[in-house]
Amino acid sequence: MQRLTAPDSAAVGDNPTADAHYAHPRARKGFFTDTSICIGCKACEVACKEWNRNPVDSNYELSNSSFDNSEGLGADTWRHVAFIEQDRSRIEAARESGRALVSLGMPQIRNADVPTTAGEAITTAITGAAPGPLSAAAVPPASGLPPAPELGDLDVLSSLGGGPTRPEDARAVDTTPPDTPEFRWLMSSDVCKHCTNAGCLDVCPTGALFRTEHGTVVVQDDVCNGCGTCVAGCPFGVIERRKDGIAQPKTERSAAPVTPTRPGTPEPARNVGVAQKCTLCYDRLVDDQTPACAQACPTTSIKFGEREDLVDAARERVARLHAEGRTEARLYGANPQDGVGGTGSVFLLLDEPEVYGLPPDPRVPTADLPRMYARAGIAMASMAAASALAFMLGGRK
Amino acid sequence: MTTSEYDRYRPPEEPRRRRRRDHAAAADSPSEASAYAVGTAVAPSAGSAMGPDALATAPSGSAPAAGRRVGARRGGLAPAGGDGAREMAMVPEPQFAPADGYYGRPVVKAPPWDERVALYLVCGGIAGGSALLAFGGQLTGRDALRCNARLTALGAAGVGALALVADLGRPERFLNMLRTIKPTSPMSLGSWILAGFSTGAGVAAAADVDRLLGQALPLGPLRRVLYGLEAPSGALAALLGAPLAGYTAVLLSDTAMPTWNAAKDDLPFVFVSSASLASGGMAMITTPTAQAGPARALALAGVAGDLVATKAMERRMDPVAAEPLHQGRPGWLMRWSERLAIAGGIGTVVSGLTRNRWVAAASGAALVTASAFTRFGVFYAGKDSALDPRYTIEPQKRRLAARRRAGIMHDSITTAG
Ligand code: SF4
Ligand code: SF4
Ligand code: SF4
Repeated sequence: MQRLTAPDSAAVGDNPTADAHYAHPRARKGFFTDTSICIGCKACEVACKEWNRNPVDSNYELSNSSFDNSEGLGADTWRHVAFIEQDRSRIEAARESGRALVSLGMPQIRNADVPTTAGEAITTAITGAAPGPLSAAAVPPASGLPPAPELGDLDVLSSLGGGPTRPEDARAVDTTPPDTPEFRWLMSSDVCKHCTNAGCLDVCPTGALFRTEHGTVVVQDDVCNGCGTCVAGCPFGVIERRKDGIAQPKTERSAAPVTPTRPGTPEPARNVGVAQKCTLCYDRLVDDQTPACAQACPTTSIKFGEREDLVDAARERVARLHAEGRTEARLYGANPQDGVGGTGSVFLLLDEPEVYGLPPDPRVPTADLPRMYARAGIAMASMAAASALAFMLGGRK
Repeated sequence: MTTSEYDRYRPPEEPRRRRRRDHAAAADSPSEASAYAVGTAVAPSAGSAMGPDALATAPSGSAPAAGRRVGARRGGLAPAGGDGAREMAMVPEPQFAPADGYYGRPVVKAPPWDERVALYLVCGGIAGGSALLAFGGQLTGRDALRCNARLTALGAAGVGALALVADLGRPERFLNMLRTIKPTSPMSLGSWILAGFSTGAGVAAAADVDRLLGQALPLGPLRRVLYGLEAPSGALAALLGAPLAGYTAVLLSDTAMPTWNAAKDDLPFVFVSSASLASGGMAMITTPTAQAGPARALALAGVAGDLVATKAMERRMDPVAAEPLHQGRPGWLMRWSERLAIAGGIGTVVSGLTRNRWVAAASGAALVTASAFTRFGVFYAGKDSALDPRYTIEPQKRRLAARRRAGIMHDSITTAG
């Protein structure tokens, strides 16, 4: 899965590195975050913080809304694990919305017949469902563990579910959906999407944000002047300017790297006043290492690799879940024709994106920029014309 | 988590904080109650309303005090009944409604811009319009208008630029703005516009300052160069005047902030109108009425444009994304901006007829304030729209649904496979 050797096949498909004119572009790297197997352990959050030496983002306050106390992505939190508790009606709604996606004929990798059948079967299952166990997936079937799927991942949940291991086999087996559980916990590790058309990168006036040879989007800490335009430009609310929190004029703080402090004393925050976000561990990628968060993830919920492979894996995974009747599964960011041209970080979600705090229909603002410039040009010309007229009609001296 | 007779000695429940009022409203309606109760040991408002006695005496599993729980099947984990209330405080109360996204937290992030950027929006408008007036004065021989408008243009551009630099996270790196020319970044183009404009306005104003001081500036032979460059510099500033006044609309619209983005078609017209009336108003304050005729005309055109463009903008925007323009602080600012613009416009007509300097100055002040209110209002509305996820989610869901209804399926970010 994690092919780390530098492939010679440059800029393929929707690889945005082609625009950046690298002499030796590499395959586009990305994440596939499979939220259906995330256990919410937050190892990724911690690993990211440690590796990037990101400062704490609060005084250890409890958010008072869920088990998630880091609240969201930001300048100091580049991986964030969302935690959502849902009851039966929400699960049914999620299944229904997923089923609707399937029958709408959304882009799919293969014939839609299997998930559709499953989706139609679900209605009966919902109406007649008995109070389910804690989680449908936790019911061990009589059969043993089927062989691991092609993904090469230990896919415990789907194996236990007793569903087909390959989408092609799905037709042969019973696609009655599992009983709807009474409630469920959704856990999802969010991260910068490393968009194909990145709003943050487009609007950055200094060129601090750039496209790396891996197709990722990275801030150059020593170039960014903290204008904050990228913060507004990101349709996913990812990038943020690092706050100071120090009673000292920003200009007096040195831009120099952190000086070693005595052991035990906290390090001063780096890159204060500068836009910060996930770098997809650029420093590790150049050394052919796996990003810290993916390496720390104990369930392989975060899969790192070449984006093309990951999207294939994601499609197989979602097809298998559909075949098990879990029509709530859907992909987020895999479509190269969406409003941001597809994302480098692809997600498998079990409910509508907004439930996870993701925008349901993001659109990179620069997509409309030509039109905006045209409208603004007309407006500016009208203003110049109005002042010319004002002098013609503005009376005698 | 047991039921014991000592339960009654537990301290009363602290009221739990709730993030959003409409949550509470929804949870209190019995019809929706069962959807909210599963997994909750003690229903949210009941936890604060009931004393320990009520907790201890409530029949296990039915809890009439918390009527919403009736009919809801229990999950495997949460014990039924009024027991264990204190322990359950460790488990935060679940909030289900997806209408406000993830616990009502913002989906997009507001830019870290504060009032200094709003001030820059105002100053850019005044500076741009004033350069146009100064150039007109230069061409038509209105010396007082030319001189005052040039000084206004330079002063406003200077204040705006300083405010913009001060708002940077790293002000000492402001020159990085001129590292590249990047057409996809309105901020980059704007920086170049501002730099070019300031150069032109600076040279032109320097010539006028020198004249005002009776050529007292120690310029030596450079004086001839300065006077030679004066006219082209004034022309350069005028050329970049309208762009300076209007590009900020693109700067705001080219973001994911729902209100700014939804206003993208009409915001440039609002901004250039507002710049016209503000610069006309400034000139009416600084310049004798005899020479301020073009300024009055420009101000009147600006008032007309402002009223029309603002209405058109609000009408054509997504109704949900337009809401922040109507409520709270931005709503107040936009309402008063309209009133002041109308008042200033009437005053402008009166001052044109009566040639009363005081009426002219008062109307000018009203117009400048109206422009400032418009820009602060738009600025705050956009920042407000980022804070409530509703403004991001609802318009996006609506446009997605509209596309799907129209049979456009290929461009959704969520796919079935
Ligand atoms: S998610 Fe936001 S910060 Fe990340 S690349 Fe896309 S636009 Fe930039
Ligand atoms: S804050 Fe930094 S990275 Fe973001 S747009 Fe400004 S200069 Fe670019
Ligand atoms: S790739 Fe690196 S920087 Fe990005 S979230 Fe993972 S650990 Fe953090």
